[in-house]
Amino acid sequence: MSMSDSGSQSIAITVTVNGEPHHLRVAPNTLLVTLLREHLGLTGTHVGCDTSQCGACTIHLDGAAVKSCAVLAVQADNCEVLTIEGLGSIDNLHPMQQAFRDCHALQCGFCTPGMIMQAVDLAQQSSDLDADTIRQGIEGNLCRCTGYQNIVEAVAKGASMMAGTNTLAHEA
Amino acid sequence: MYVSGGMTLIPSMKQRLAAPSDLIDLSSLPELEGIEQLNDAQDSMLRVGGLTRHNEVAGNVLIQRHLPVLGQVAAAIGDNQVRNRGTLGGSIANADPAADLPAALLAMKASVNTQDRQISADEFFLDLFETALDAGDIVVSVDFSTPQQAAYEKFRHPASGYAVVGVLVACFADGVRVGVTGAGPCAFRACALEDALNQQFLPQAVDAVAIPDAGFNSDIHASAEYRAHLIKVLTKRAVASLLS
Ligand SMILES: Cc1cc2nc3c(=O)[nH]c(=O)nc-3n(C[C@H](O)[C@H](O)[C@H](O)COP(=O)(O)OP(=O)(O)OC[C@H]3O[C@@H](n4cnc5c(N)ncnc54)[C@H](O)[C@@H]3O)c2cc1C
Ligand code: FES
Ligand code: FES
Repeated sequence: MSMSDSGSQSIAITVTVNGEPHHLRVAPNTLLVTLLREHLGLTGTHVGCDTSQCGACTIHLDGAAVKSCAVLAVQADNCEVLTIEGLGSIDNLHPMQQAFRDCHALQCGFCTPGMIMQAVDLAQQSSDLDADTIRQGIEGNLCRCTGYQNIVEAVAKGASMMAGTNTLAHEA
Repeated sequence: MYVSGGMTLIPSMKQRLAAPSDLIDLSSLPELEGIEQLNDAQDSMLRVGGLTRHNEVAGNVLIQRHLPVLGQVAAAIGDNQVRNRGTLGGSIANADPAADLPAALLAMKASVNTQDRQISADEFFLDLFETALDAGDIVVSVDFSTPQQAAYEKFRHPASGYAVVGVLVACFADGVRVGVTGAGPCAFRACALEDALNQQFLPQAVDAVAIPDAGFNSDIHASAEYRAHLIKVLTKRAVASLLS
């Protein structure tokens, strides 16, 4: 990570992550993704580029998909964060996770958590997504294995499954 | 230094292009929020808060009804995650030469409201990353005049999403305005194109206009000459779409 936690003072924040409130002290230059991965051990959120290009670090901040490598932890004070860990569990996959699995929409899997968080944001805007809308919608997410064809199929399937089941754990 | 969406500032800090000793987060100031209609005797106007995120501009009902082109400009910015964070105030204060919104401010006779003064868009964008804002000035809101019709045409950089060139053509009762971004060090109005279109509002009217490329941006993506050419092509497309 290019920004180290070398701030001289620390700031007290309260962040609700996957439904659980955390009271933490962070250096002012700590990134939200660092807070999630290194302070809370939620390593499902990945860092691909650290330059806001790849979307691997996508999480939901107050319900909207954002790149957590470009948000300071202190900016998440009093906010709700949802990460891939809060979306579903191994025994109870979120419909979008199930769709990625069913459509074989991952190879190495590195981009997958960010893709899924972005896909859920898209599906919350509309359940009937055509391929063009999906391709535009995942513009901020790069898959270095380039498996876009199956990702697009999975997002469409996941969106319709979500419309049918609506089992979001932490978002009304 | 202020931070709003952080979509420009935080990557710049990582690259050590910015090294502020202190940051003031504007995101909890209610004075910077909201989109409302202003009752001006002459023009119908919309006031958009400085903290309005690009996706809020794109999805707002008042904007869709009275100034749909502004929603289209906002929807053309970067990607969904960036639009969920980036703000109107941050974008214009930053004045990136390839940012989309500056062209909209210029074409839509906008004025920028700070804590204590109003700056017209014509006097706001000064140079590369340079605006008429003084240290400490906050973009509280921006007032846009609503044109009779307007269209934005953008030649999008395929990787970054920024405008290689973007042209916004807006028609008001008192004439046409053409805002251009991406081509020069900062956004500007193409007055020669405005004159030509005021005489004849047709795509062909653009042909006779010479756009000198002196001082235009030239980089690995596009030469200055190519950018000058794109201004004419995009203006023609915008005019054609308004006539169709
Ligand atoms: C991957 C990516 C793609 C992008 N693509 C595009 C694109 O296609 N088109 C485009 O136009 N932009 C694009 N952007 C930039 C994006 O629109 C930014 O959101 C915007 O430029 C800055 O807004 P911000 O709120 O994030 O500002 P910040 O990063 O928070 O701040 C930027 C600057 O403005 C100052 N500032 C912030 N708010 C205010 C205010 N209210 N008053 C005074 N000063 C203020 C800050 O001090 C700082 O100097 C992209 C960004 C990324 C990361
Ligand atoms: S790690 Fe955040 S966008 Fe790539
Ligand atoms: S599956 Fe490997 S990066 Fe997308």
